[in-house]
Amino acid sequence: MNYLEVLKAAAPETVLTITVLLVLAVDLLAMRGQSIALRFRTGALVAILGCVMAAIFTRFHYGYIDAFQGMLVVDPRTNFLKVVLLVLTIFTVLISESGKFTEHVGEYLAMVLLATLGLMFLVSAEDLLMIFISLELASLSLYILTAFNKRNARSSEAALKYFLFGGMSAAFLLFGFSLLYGLSGTTNLPQIAACLAGKGLDPLLFVAIVTTVIGFGFKVAAVPFHLWAPDAYEGAPTPSAAFIGAGSKVASFYILAKIMAVGFAVTAGSAVWHGYISGWTPVIAVVAALSMVLGNLTAIVQTSVKRLLAYSAIAHAGYMLLGVLANTPSSRGALMFYVITYALTVLGAFGVVAVVEAATGGDALANFAGLSRRAPALSLCLLVFLLSLGGIPPLAGFIGKFFVFSSAVAAEADHLGLLWLVILAIVMSAVSFYYYLQVLKQAYVLDAAENAPAIQVPPVMMFALILLAALVILLGCAPGLLLRFL
Amino acid sequence: MLAWTIYSSFIGVLVLMLLPREAARAARIIALLTAVAGCGAAFAGAMQQANPGEVATIVKVPWIPSIGANFYLAADGISLVLVVLTGLAAIAGVLFSWNIEKRTKEFFAFYLALIGGVYGVFLSFDVLLLFVFYELTIIPKYFLIARWGSTRKEYGAMKLAIYSFVGSHLVLIGLIAAWVVARVQLGHPSLNLMELSQVHFSSGFQHWVFPLVFIGFAILAGMWPFHTWAPTGHVAAPTAGSMLLAGVVMKLGAYGCLRVAMVMFPEGVRMWQGEIAALAVIGIIYGAGVALVQRDFKFVIGYSSVSHMGFVLLGLATLNTIGLSGAVLQMFSHGIIAGLLFAVVGRMVYDRTHTRDFNDLQTMQLGKLLPFAGVTFVLAGVASMGLPGFSGFVAELQVLMGAWKVFPKTTLLAGVGIIVGVAYTMRAMQKAFYSDSPPAKPGHSHPLEPITVPERLGAMMLLAASLAIGLFPGLLLDWIQPCLNSPLFERLLKGGSL
Repeated sequence: MNYLEVLKAAAPETVLTITVLLVLAVDLLAMRGQSIALRFRTGALVAILGCVMAAIFTRFHYGYIDAFQGMLVVDPRTNFLKVVLLVLTIFTVLISESGKFTEHVGEYLAMVLLATLGLMFLVSAEDLLMIFISLELASLSLYILTAFNKRNARSSEAALKYFLFGGMSAAFLLFGFSLLYGLSGTTNLPQIAACLAGKGLDPLLFVAIVTTVIGFGFKVAAVPFHLWAPDAYEGAPTPSAAFIGAGSKVASFYILAKIMAVGFAVTAGSAVWHGYISGWTPVIAVVAALSMVLGNLTAIVQTSVKRLLAYSAIAHAGYMLLGVLANTPSSRGALMFYVITYALTVLGAFGVVAVVEAATGGDALANFAGLSRRAPALSLCLLVFLLSLGGIPPLAGFIGKFFVFSSAVAAEADHLGLLWLVILAIVMSAVSFYYYLQVLKQAYVLDAAENAPAIQVPPVMMFALILLAALVILLGCAPGLLLRFL
Repeated sequence: MLAWTIYSSFIGVLVLMLLPREAARAARIIALLTAVAGCGAAFAGAMQQANPGEVATIVKVPWIPSIGANFYLAADGISLVLVVLTGLAAIAGVLFSWNIEKRTKEFFAFYLALIGGVYGVFLSFDVLLLFVFYELTIIPKYFLIARWGSTRKEYGAMKLAIYSFVGSHLVLIGLIAAWVVARVQLGHPSLNLMELSQVHFSSGFQHWVFPLVFIGFAILAGMWPFHTWAPTGHVAAPTAGSMLLAGVVMKLGAYGCLRVAMVMFPEGVRMWQGEIAALAVIGIIYGAGVALVQRDFKFVIGYSSVSHMGFVLLGLATLNTIGLSGAVLQMFSHGIIAGLLFAVVGRMVYDRTHTRDFNDLQTMQLGKLLPFAGVTFVLAGVASMGLPGFSGFVAELQVLMGAWKVFPKTTLLAGVGIIVGVAYTMRAMQKAFYSDSPPAKPGHSHPLEPITVPERLGAMMLLAASLAIGLFPGLLLDWIQPCLNSPLFERLLKGGSL
């Protein structure tokens, strides 16, 4: 394979890299001395155009390309996921519109794009080294994005926590990967699976499985590796938190499912009730169950909406892990449908929080009081996002849950072995309804303080939020539109 | 035609959302027009249906092919009965909410969204679609009560929402399990009720899935001991909210029990038949007994709803044609009568006197001040007691006849419930309207606003409906009974007599 072909296969990533440089150059060279708002708009425009270009470039390949033994695997599915990641990035840029938390707009946008770049490489990787490198590119960018509000000590604290936990998880991941390499002598996932076949569950392999799950458990904020999430979500600038909750979730879950299903294919084991076989599925099952229970129960007592969303993200990670452990062809599609719709929803929810925060100075529950009067369209969007997170039909969140849960049960159709986990998930999702409703109660039932002014929503923001809400409704009513790509 | 009941309601919601905030009058008129259009579509659709015994497809287009879900609307006679009930209740609810001044357009937007969801449930023959509409009703219910309600409204609203959500999630567990099992048997994924009703689920499976799904729905039907949302929810709700809650939302639960739980798991019903009947009768007696000692006028009606819904559940448990048709008829009858009772208590009395406490009402001589309210309540009360000539009589009689064949002893106990029912209705009548205790502070009473035209219209419409069915039960029975002989119910009634 010559380099021109590699360049063609990696065209979207290349375009995005050029965009990063362009954004930096435009901001640092051409826009000096302009107002922050103008600089932000120019930078955002360049970034969005770059993302659109990159998305167009993904459409040039329909076939299957495997460059350098799994370093860069391009097929229609990864290409579609890249488009999704780019769309999520565009929305992140749009909801950062005010950009009030920083003067370094060029660097901010560049970091968002670099994180996206890492995630795009991640979904294309089928090689342990490449997986690690792209994951770190994304993570390092996200740490910096978390710290971007220099005026707020919480932001630095959150970033430090996120960084320390993230660094540790990277160490775990690397340890697991090194064991895998030692066991099989290769870093390519399918080859690893081939080497491990028939060898049974070696203790070393078990350690490798557990450390890999720990590493990704940190990335997706699953219990008991979730401790960084609430602080990071709360302290980070809201658009950064949204991106951590959206884009990085999509790529992390895709690659987690891939590692588990491809790399550890022969050691799946079974998490069936009374039919337990050791392997990676029982490990994931335990993590999933803990995440669902702890995330949902802790979210109930939160008074900060960002923290509430963080705990709900933990709970949702638990539901998503169900899709990972179902491990059937249809569950992969179900999982990605769930994660993508979740990402869109959570971006929207954080967008609303960002507006409310800017207008009222905080994200406590009380700050949402009377929102339906102060900003009717905004609170309607919030209604859609939160109900979708709570799993109310006909919104996308419900259909996603139905897909994931039913594919998990269908994975063990003979004796409904995974039903116990699904029952737990459904019961917990009934609990989750309570805390989402608490926020909506503030917005729709309670009144704002006397003569609280109407909230002015920046037009670009409003446009992005309405688009997101429309997508959430559309994908709930016609899930086929998305499902056929997955 | 029938599908327009759903579409028109949601179009109404959209139109209301686009109205300017101040246009309260326009909002009322739009809501009324939408409700009338929905009711008209319901009647027209019902007339068009040549043979109510068979399931007539209205729309069937693929929705999510990968899991076998269709946008499948259809109707048989049972659906028709309940759709017509919803149409009538919707109009009455708008008429009795004419005095809502606070955020009128939002009130009616939520109201119509609720109505649209209810129509959807009654017309869905795809279980996922049915479930979607079923859950869609939860949110408007919550906001209607929490925002426009009275006594402990936020508590009552949250309780109702949580109960509904938990119930629907029990149903969801059952549906997912059934979907997986059915997919293995049918060889393709399907959520079509007609196909699922022909799948043979194993006895062991039905033994645990049936109670899950049945209780999930029955929570909303007010089955004892899961009824506790009902009194608090009804009392907290605004008048139209209680009317819809008692009138149609509780029927959603009973309808789900019949249409989904019982039709899909006929063996399961037979295994749990006795338990259901026992809970139903406990509900009848308990509801009536508690209603007898309430001080709050609205709580009386709230508990009476639990009692009357017990008859529906008892009818369902009989598993014979007469009992089931009685249950469906009772759904209709109670929907009309409970709506009327709540209208009298909530709109005619409470909105004027601002109290529902019998001790206060006793001193007001309401029978003289508001003669129309008094007469309406008496008529609705006797209808509710089961006086011949009104719909309640035919319905409860059929339920008891059906039950007598299966569980004679339990049926006797249900009879006790009827007698207590007479007692609490008379007590409420006497205390609220025709008390002879002297006015507390003579001369202090300020004149009450007279009964308005919309109220009169609404009350007369509901009374007429109850009377019409009481005198000519055949009107509805001709729709219900052919259904029960259709293939859909064949397996369910195979073991029953008659």
